[in-house]
Amino acid sequence: MPSYQLIVNGQIKTVQVSDPQQPLLYALRNSLGLTGAKYGCGLGQCGACTVHINGRASQSCVVSVSQAANKRITTIEGLGTPEKPHPIQAAFIAEQAAQCGYCANGMVMTCAALLSQKPNASLEDAKSALKNNLCRCGTHHRIEKAVMRAKDEIKTRRSA
Amino acid sequence: MSALLFSTRRDFLAHSLQSAGVLTIGFHLPSNVLAQTPAAKRTSLDFNEVDGYFSIHADGRITLYCGKVDLGQGIRIAIPQMAAEELGIDVAKIQMIDGDTALTPNQGPTAGSSGIMRGGVQIRQAAATARQALIAMAATQLNIPVDSLDAIDGEVRPIGGGKGIAFQDLIGHQQFKLKIDNKAKLRNPNTYRYVGQGLPRPDVPAKVTGTHVYIQDFSLPGMLHARVIRPQNVGSRLISVDESSIKGFGNARVVRIEDFLAVVADDEWDAQRASVALKTQWSKEKNLVGNTGVRDWMRKGPFESTETLMKKGDIQQGFSQSTQRIQASYYWPVQSHASMGPSCSVADLSDGQQAIVWSASQATHRLRGIIARLMGIPNEKVRVIYMDGAGCYGMNGHDDASLDAALISKAIGKPVRVQWTRQDEHQWDPKGPPQLIDIEGGISAEGKIAAWKTVMFIPKATAQLPNIPLLGPQSAGINQPMGISTGLISQNGNPPYSTPHVEVSANWLKDAPLRPSNIRAPGKVANCFAVESFTDELSHLVGVDPLEFRLQGLSDARGIEIIQRTAKLIDWEKRTTLVAKRSGTQLKGRGMAYMHYKGNETYVGVAMEVVVNTQTGVIQVKRLACAHDCGLIINPDGTKAQVEGNLLQTLSRTLHEEVKFDLSQVTSSNWVNYPILTFHEVPELLIDLINRPYEPPLGAGEAAATPIPAALANAVFDACGLRMRTAPFTPQQFKMDWSKI
Repeated sequence: MPSYQLIVNGQIKTVQVSDPQQPLLYALRNSLGLTGAKYGCGLGQCGACTVHINGRASQSCVVSVSQAANKRITTIEGLGTPEKPHPIQAAFIAEQAAQCGYCANGMVMTCAALLSQKPNASLEDAKSALKNNLCRCGTHHRIEKAVMRAKDEIKTRRSA
Repeated sequence: MSALLFSTRRDFLAHSLQSAGVLTIGFHLPSNVLAQTPAAKRTSLDFNEVDGYFSIHADGRITLYCGKVDLGQGIRIAIPQMAAEELGIDVAKIQMIDGDTALTPNQGPTAGSSGIMRGGVQIRQAAATARQALIAMAATQLNIPVDSLDAIDGEVRPIGGGKGIAFQDLIGHQQFKLKIDNKAKLRNPNTYRYVGQGLPRPDVPAKVTGTHVYIQDFSLPGMLHARVIRPQNVGSRLISVDESSIKGFGNARVVRIEDFLAVVADDEWDAQRASVALKTQWSKEKNLVGNTGVRDWMRKGPFESTETLMKKGDIQQGFSQSTQRIQASYYWPVQSHASMGPSCSVADLSDGQQAIVWSASQATHRLRGIIARLMGIPNEKVRVIYMDGAGCYGMNGHDDASLDAALISKAIGKPVRVQWTRQDEHQWDPKGPPQLIDIEGGISAEGKIAAWKTVMFIPKATAQLPNIPLLGPQSAGINQPMGISTGLISQNGNPPYSTPHVEVSANWLKDAPLRPSNIRAPGKVANCFAVESFTDELSHLVGVDPLEFRLQGLSDARGIEIIQRTAKLIDWEKRTTLVAKRSGTQLKGRGMAYMHYKGNETYVGVAMEVVVNTQTGVIQVKRLACAHDCGLIINPDGTKAQVEGNLLQTLSRTLHEEVKFDLSQVTSSNWVNYPILTFHEVPELLIDLINRPYEPPLGAGEAAATPIPAALANAVFDACGLRMRTAPFTPQQFKMDWSKI
């Protein structure tokens, strides 16, 4: 069985897969027990499986383990915890920006990547960044507010 | 696994503490509660008894057992708020367990916007009964009359001051052994400390940090992963399976029970790959009418019956007295729940004697009975444990997935996780049924509505159907009562405005184009689309501003206030002239609609401002306003979230959603061919929640969905003079309608 090295949340992990084309999502969830990224479509259409690969928001259901090998992968578990949330997670909590929350992984990861690349992101930037992230419960408005809140919070922290 | 099947909470809780090993494997049940809670000595699961709902622990914390489940609508905080208020204890001291059939009373399915309105109100009354009992106990111990005592912060205290007694010291390890007393006095709303606060939900931090365990994330030791291979066409029989076609995909193998076909493997990806590679032959079937044929099919029947749903005055007399008369037909398509996460379930029937099923079903208690019946296991040997899934809005594929998992687990003697694919979910989830609604109206010489006749063409729900026929058992040849289930789709077909002569009838269709289920605000979205669009059509006919026209016809003070506040939110501008087809490309318009849900529940007004591009057919909603009166508001932030969700989800349904199918199968199979609302389409939201502390709390999960299609249609008409009567309002539909006027 081929094995691959993944750098997940700062740690080197080895995963064995029967198929090099196995999507990264399955390795994260089943081999590494990181179930924050969700299976939504397996087609790269909904964004529920979003992780960061080398700092970029990527849909882990359409990236194979072999493609992800030796790259830096950050999952939502590596971003923050309920006790020590990342500012974007803290903003989602403050805005209560989740209903069922199944899409929340993708929303949080996409917004975190946006703010790290574009600290002054506008609402339009956020809408563009989230164009491939779907939400069925209709939480969009709160998610937008959370991104703007996180942006302000990060800015305040930097200037402090 | 027998460790998890207990008929009493006491056994369950006690044992859970000893066998924490079982429970640490992604077991979502409040392991934090279990780890800290002494074995509760309550055994009642009776929904009529106080002990059915509460355990008071030695350290003063309370576990609340709720038969309704939290699907993301926030009852994990709202219902504890109601209980905390009546008991007189800090809401932070209450932890809620929801939906587990071994721990919670059967409060019925979490549907029909009933979580708070019925489930919460039941629990509130149980809490008031408990408080009454605790005060009586303290009165005896302290020798102080009950009138001089109150329950505050977890103890019963003299109102005038002095030492109190903590609840746990009053009740000790005893049960209340009390029926819910419907006369137990509720607190005066002007003393509320928890109800009315926008407290945050307890599950959100875990949900946004990836630590909340959804059904999709749950696993058991020794569990196999399964994929179900659905028939190629709706109704296909399985002719042959070539098991050799999946050799080499780990240890993937086939499970076949008559026409029910699945592959199982240790590794999920092996199961997934095998399910795609498996060579099968199915009979070709053409059992469907096709989505383009639905409207004609509905008009033609076959019908089961025609029923007069409402009759007031004499409709013929009404029309004969009318000076103007118009009619119109409105069509609402088949829609999917389109949950973000495909359905999933884990089942353990490995010893064949009992079933433990983890499910995101909105009706775990009902599902328990179904599993017992269809799997041939006594009810008391079946336990369904609720775990969050991706949002479903009535009944999606979760119950089907649970039976899939149960069938496979029983067949192979191991715990099994079934994960549907995106295609499975879109093609096979039970669908919101289509509706066709004809309305004819007459206007009197005074410009008032004189006569109103609504004729519906809708599928007839089968009376006494114990459950929607589930896919797995159906393929496996297990006998289950056949029929269809739709929710109450015929309500709100009458005008809410003063009309002397009204008739509402339904031509009940014997069948539905695809297997239906209840989808958010069943039927009322389409009925309000028809009724409130037609109201607008009448207002334009008489040349009266649509807002004014509605107010003239209303006498219900709450309804009047809703409409006025909706108009204020959007800065309503008066319209009085009938709009002709307008020229120009980017045209702006406004529309509104009103709903008194089911005629006796929540009041909602919606108004919106749109820009219509008459060349591309794209309709953009710029501002969306909603005034909402659901009586007493338990948690304003949670209510607002529900209203937002209703508005945006129904905007999605109205603009985009129609399940496409040909004569053999559903062809809407993913988010490209069944698109939903995206961020660029999200309008500015203006929401006005009206709180009525002295009125009963009503539902907020459905009502605000209903006025969206009509408000949008009315705004499009105001913008460009086109009356859209067929949903969804896609660019193609717009252009088709536009070319005809």
